[in-house]
Amino acid sequence: MPESSSELTKKLSVAVEKMPAFPKSVQRILELSREINCPPKELVGVIEKDPVMTMKLLRILNSAYYSFPKQITSVNQSVVFLGLNTIKNMALSFAAMGSLPQHNAAGFDVQKYLLHSLTTASFARALCQKYSHDGTDPADCYIAGLLHDFGKVVFAQFMAEEFKEALTRSAEQNIPLHEAEQQIIGTDHTVVGGMLVERWQFPKQLTDNIRNHHTALPAGNTVYCCLYAANQASKKLGYGFSGNPVVDELPPVVQEYFSGDLDAVIAGLGDVTKIANEAQVFAQVGKEV
Amino acid sequence: MKLRFWGVRGSIPSPGEKTVRYGGNTTCIEVRTDDNELIILDGGTGIFPLAQTLLKELPLTAHIFNTHSHWDHIQGLPFFIPIFIPGNTIRLYAAFDPITGAGAERIMNVQLQYSFFPVREAEMKSRFEYVALMPNEAVTVGSAKITPVLLSHPVVNLGYRIDCNGKSIFFTGDHEPHFNIYEPGDEGYEEYQTLIEEQRQGIIEATRGVDVFIADSAYTIEEYPSKKGWGHGTFDSCMQLAKDAGAKILYCTHHEPTRSDDDLEKAFSAALERNADAVSCVDVRLAREGEEIIL
Repeated sequence: MPESSSELTKKLSVAVEKMPAFPKSVQRILELSREINCPPKELVGVIEKDPVMTMKLLRILNSAYYSFPKQITSVNQSVVFLGLNTIKNMALSFAAMGSLPQHNAAGFDVQKYLLHSLTTASFARALCQKYSHDGTDPADCYIAGLLHDFGKVVFAQFMAEEFKEALTRSAEQNIPLHEAEQQIIGTDHTVVGGMLVERWQFPKQLTDNIRNHHTALPAGNTVYCCLYAANQASKKLGYGFSGNPVVDELPPVVQEYFSGDLDAVIAGLGDVTKIANEAQVFAQVGKEV
Repeated sequence: MKLRFWGVRGSIPSPGEKTVRYGGNTTCIEVRTDDNELIILDGGTGIFPLAQTLLKELPLTAHIFNTHSHWDHIQGLPFFIPIFIPGNTIRLYAAFDPITGAGAERIMNVQLQYSFFPVREAEMKSRFEYVALMPNEAVTVGSAKITPVLLSHPVVNLGYRIDCNGKSIFFTGDHEPHFNIYEPGDEGYEEYQTLIEEQRQGIIEATRGVDVFIADSAYTIEEYPSKKGWGHGTFDSCMQLAKDAGAKILYCTHHEPTRSDDDLEKAFSAALERNADAVSCVDVRLAREGEEIIL
């Protein structure tokens, strides 16, 4: 990679500011905001399903302009702090940038990416609710799942050629995408995703977990374990696709956390049809878009 | 400290015989520290009559704290005469708005444009400075400390607590108590409720024990359901908040523009009766244009 990491982060941060959100959420935000009494629950529901909108919203909220007593990690919190109207108008300003094109020069399918991110987020939250006994907020697992692969969508938009090559190599050689990214780009989506959220002052735990979601750590917290397992479960069950054909076995520390391997985790998730259907509905582009 | 109400009306100026007792100007409060430093809370139309009284003490330094950028809190600023007179220093303090990406400077440059006002921003002859405030980060004006507190309104709104030599004032600007966007039983209801309670507690801590609490009580409880989400409180919500904060005096302000003086007094009396618990420990009053209080 030619640039230093701080130059790259700066360049990519600026690029993300201009990045449009996903077609379905843009469409829904525009519909909802036509009503003067925009239903708050639905508005929150749309924003929290869109990684780009969520990322942008939390970036502003955690910026130095507001010294909130704690870092904000959920869309609900943002509504309590800044009010529904402000959040609605912020979402509208994101929607006004248009929508992410379904076809980009990297050949990366953003709808399938979205489906993978949404199911990973929901699985991570469900795992946390079921297995965590240390008081970890399930919403932290959700947000980690939603944003864990954000680096890829940034690559697809702003380093399309190199990313296309990485996608092809990963598919042809059946190697993990992050390894192909390292070979071709010199960095990978975990590093870029982590750098962006770090620059935007997201909580350190979220930064670390995004950065480590393909790393076998010697010890890990609840969010790390839930995210790792949810990511692999989503891939194994075939919900969406984020460019990585390889399903990894769970590292020992994650297996220990769930007292079982990936299949046991999937069994532990129970019936995921509801989660999957909801994510599928959202990830599909409306005909009119 | 000394404070004087120059505008107590919400939304739009409401002159006329039915509002003559409480006044028709929109929000503006003059505060003088013990060393006579001039702090002005909001620049609604009430700032214009205030400006007339200041012409005898030029050159001056005015510290204007804007709670939020809605018209009724900024509309008088282009008519604040000292901004056009060389030698004066005007410092406008406000929050950063995440939608426009701008702070206090936008309040003036939006209004002082050719189509809307005959004088351009560049033609203000005073020394005009903008200060961006962050919630909970206090600033000092002479002997006073001013702490911004983030409240709840459709645009970012900072309430201000002013502490000076052991006396204190808090002004909400516009504030609607946080409400749950979920119904009981919805997923997310409990979490949201916890967040709301944390917010309310935060406001109580920030305003704890103030001598004078000035609060947005635009609505009656009967009116509120159809105005929910518009960003204003009720007489009742203000009385309960002032009680919980341990305030000594509560001034209810931001009077509804359509409310006559008689109706205002009626609505106020009814709320006093309903909130006997608050009235027993807080001296609750209606803010009236021209009223002055010395602490």
